[in-house]
Amino acid sequence: MAKHHVTTTVNGDPVEYLCESEQTLLDCLRDELDLVGAKEGCSSGDCGACSVLLDGRLVCSCLVLGVEAEGRSVETIEGMAQGDELHPLQRKFLEHAALQCGICTPGILVAAKALLAKNPDPTETQVRYWLAGNLCRCTGYDKIVRAVMDAAAEMRGA
Amino acid sequence: MQERVKKPQFDVVGTRPVRPDGVDKVTGRAKYGADLKMAGQLVGKVLRSPHAHARIKSIDVSKALSMPGVKAIVTRDDFADQASEFVPAGEMLINYRDVVRNILAREKVLYEGHAIAAVAAISEKVAIAALDAIKVDYEVLPHVIDEIEAMKADAPLLQEDMITQGVTPAPTKASNVAKRVEFTLGDTAKGFAEADVIIEREFKTKAVHQGYIEPHACLASVSEDGSADLWTTTQGHWVKRAHCAKLLGWDVTKIRVTSSEIGGGFGGKTVIYLEPLALALSKKAHRPVKMVMSREEVFKSTGPTSGGTVRVKMGAKKDGRITAAEGEIILQAGAFQGSPVQPACMCAFANYDLENVKVIGFDVVSNRPKVAAYRAPGGPISTYGVESVVDELAEKLGIDPIDLRLKNAAKEGTKAAYGPKFGPVGLVECLEAAKESDHWKAPLGPNQGRGIAAGFWFNIGGETTVSLQLNEDGTLTLMAGTPDIGGLRASLCMMAAEELKVDVHKIRPIIADTSSLGYNFLTGGSRSAFSSGMATVEAARSIVKQACQRAAKLWEIPEEAVTWEDGEVRPAGENAGKHKPMTLSDIGKIAGKTGGAIVGYAAISAQGAAPSFGVHIADTEVDPGTGKVTVTRYTAIQDAGRAIHPSYVEGQFQGGAVQGIGWALNEEYIYGPDGKLQNAGFLDYRVPVASDLPMIDTIIVEVPNPRHPYGVRGIGETPIVPPMAAIGASVRRASGVRFFELPMSPPKVLKAMKAAGKA
Repeated sequence: MAKHHVTTTVNGDPVEYLCESEQTLLDCLRDELDLVGAKEGCSSGDCGACSVLLDGRLVCSCLVLGVEAEGRSVETIEGMAQGDELHPLQRKFLEHAALQCGICTPGILVAAKALLAKNPDPTETQVRYWLAGNLCRCTGYDKIVRAVMDAAAEMRGA
Repeated sequence: MQERVKKPQFDVVGTRPVRPDGVDKVTGRAKYGADLKMAGQLVGKVLRSPHAHARIKSIDVSKALSMPGVKAIVTRDDFADQASEFVPAGEMLINYRDVVRNILAREKVLYEGHAIAAVAAISEKVAIAALDAIKVDYEVLPHVIDEIEAMKADAPLLQEDMITQGVTPAPTKASNVAKRVEFTLGDTAKGFAEADVIIEREFKTKAVHQGYIEPHACLASVSEDGSADLWTTTQGHWVKRAHCAKLLGWDVTKIRVTSSEIGGGFGGKTVIYLEPLALALSKKAHRPVKMVMSREEVFKSTGPTSGGTVRVKMGAKKDGRITAAEGEIILQAGAFQGSPVQPACMCAFANYDLENVKVIGFDVVSNRPKVAAYRAPGGPISTYGVESVVDELAEKLGIDPIDLRLKNAAKEGTKAAYGPKFGPVGLVECLEAAKESDHWKAPLGPNQGRGIAAGFWFNIGGETTVSLQLNEDGTLTLMAGTPDIGGLRASLCMMAAEELKVDVHKIRPIIADTSSLGYNFLTGGSRSAFSSGMATVEAARSIVKQACQRAAKLWEIPEEAVTWEDGEVRPAGENAGKHKPMTLSDIGKIAGKTGGAIVGYAAISAQGAAPSFGVHIADTEVDPGTGKVTVTRYTAIQDAGRAIHPSYVEGQFQGGAVQGIGWALNEEYIYGPDGKLQNAGFLDYRVPVASDLPMIDTIIVEVPNPRHPYGVRGIGETPIVPPMAAIGASVRRASGVRFFELPMSPPKVLKAMKAAGKA
């Protein structure tokens, strides 16, 4: 069967790719566009390592088909820093040592960015529930939660 | 966060700089196992057994091989059989006869998910279709999952020639019991006769998986002359090189292994699964082959660690002095021998200074995936039983559980039941820190309880090579060979910067491939910061020595007349003041003219690894309506020897504690009567998520290891040892019921509370 031709926007850039019907958005990002920042940890939507924003909404890209990105806007970890300027969340993750192996980090940063866009002043409990779909096996989440809270405070100018 | 870090005596050690590999990890740039792509690469997939136990009568790959796009298939026939030979893999041993059978089944499949064949094809779709076209004729055999059932005389035999080792006289009949081990000290009968209180309990724990978020992945490329490049996510690329060379019969030098960034390992990435298959497929197909496991494959075919049965008997005097301790530890090995029963036995009573100890262990095979190392392999299982009994002793004797432990704590000079005498160790300091902590004194709410438990891990050293190069502008390049899973590069650069008095950010570290650096044993046994740190310090000191030699040459004075002070090379003695001191930057500039590049190289077998003790305090709240246990407060206290980068030391404490919380409350391998794993996915296996947990407080205790230049002890494994018993003790006080089985999941807790009239 012929592949589908998809025209979409990734991190602000117009892109096109060809994909098969069953290829996920994650497959397309990684295999067709070489954007490997989103990771495959489970391919069942349980670990959140493949988190991206689709028209601003947080999704597991392993649960979205590549063809569904047609005409939409995808934001990935690769688009989070502005040139040399890291996003406050990225900076705070480094300052707080909020990553060990780092495999979950891109997904958690994308998810945290989506949280702060919705709720600039989350409580610890709100951060914990929002990130409950992003598994981290190394850190026990402590430093991740602290980094998100600290980034939120900085972004609010607090 | 409370800290007991003493006043910094160093410029860099003990500070918290941003890690050198950090920016790549927050921008998505870092390359993990599945992130590399090569031109012309094929996709490799594995055919796995649907049966828990079956004889393989035949494997027919002819139809699959004739499919368009299928480039190569490997089966048992592509790997020569191996003689029985045990080699170290982390703190555990592996046997090549078993490894060759685990990577691809030979006579039988021994567990659901056991690999049978591997296919390389032009796409995943074609590869999967080819797997479907491979015809395997099985004779399905009865299976056994439970370790106690597997020990019975009439149990289905996994290996028909397995004669229990460590029993005299040797049994004449084969069984599923691979090995019996025993450690004794003193006379336990005498000790129990002196006891005022004796408690004897049996505990059950379930198999649990390391649960790294990155599945196993590799990319192999073999050229026509047999030279191979292997990119893989691993805790030890030299060790994997050795295993692959052995199984393939290739020269070691032909295989160049590069470790990718590694997305978690916890012991589970010390062994080989995909690598020899990818290499063999690539050699056959003459193209690169990439292989990535699915999460289901990770659960069914890799790791986990043992479940087991632990029997503990301890006796104590009224004053709390423990007079005797006995343990019997039966661990699941999975389909091939080699559970961590030996370290489990050695750890069991290591927290205590005891005169009379006897521990017996059994290594039992059953139709489960072969266990792999998991953070302090074996330690958490035996310690769960022992520390739970210690808690019960404290309750019976009416003694505070910290005081009871202090009365019996192992300290410098204590002879452990497994042999050695401890040097300086920090258990007493950790217990005292626990007692003084805000947490221990804080009030509890309704349905809440507080528990405490201690833990121990040995830690190891071993073969380590580091190269440190002084560049022409005075910056440095550091090559280490122990994969960095959680901040190693940061701590190595910090030790080098401390030695050389340079800005830590002027040192760029890499994890070198196996062709670029001398041999390195793997990242395991909490050895990487200890061993690679020791080698880094030696390499840095070599740079200092060479810098002095170069200055002496330039100044035309004897080498002895040059000293290194405050980051400068200075003329000393009668030459003092006669020449302008030189910094490393100055030396770097003149290196070419004074003898060539300046490289510090250390190839060592690191000796003097020291154990780390830890103490955890857990508060839980138990819902009497549902049996759900919630951890409401948690503190991990541990002796780090010296925390080079305290944030990453805390991170190890926190991460290990949370893996232990998962083990205590919800993680388990669940098998159906068909011998198949029923929860092979993150949703049903359910590792802890952010909303399950409170902050994990940490207290770093520092009792320096005298055998390391900065006092470092390994710290990565101990944090998973105390949590299960600490939570068990906490749940006991919160619910009024004492539990003897993990996980303490809501249905079990509710049932026990109802039975005890507490719900």
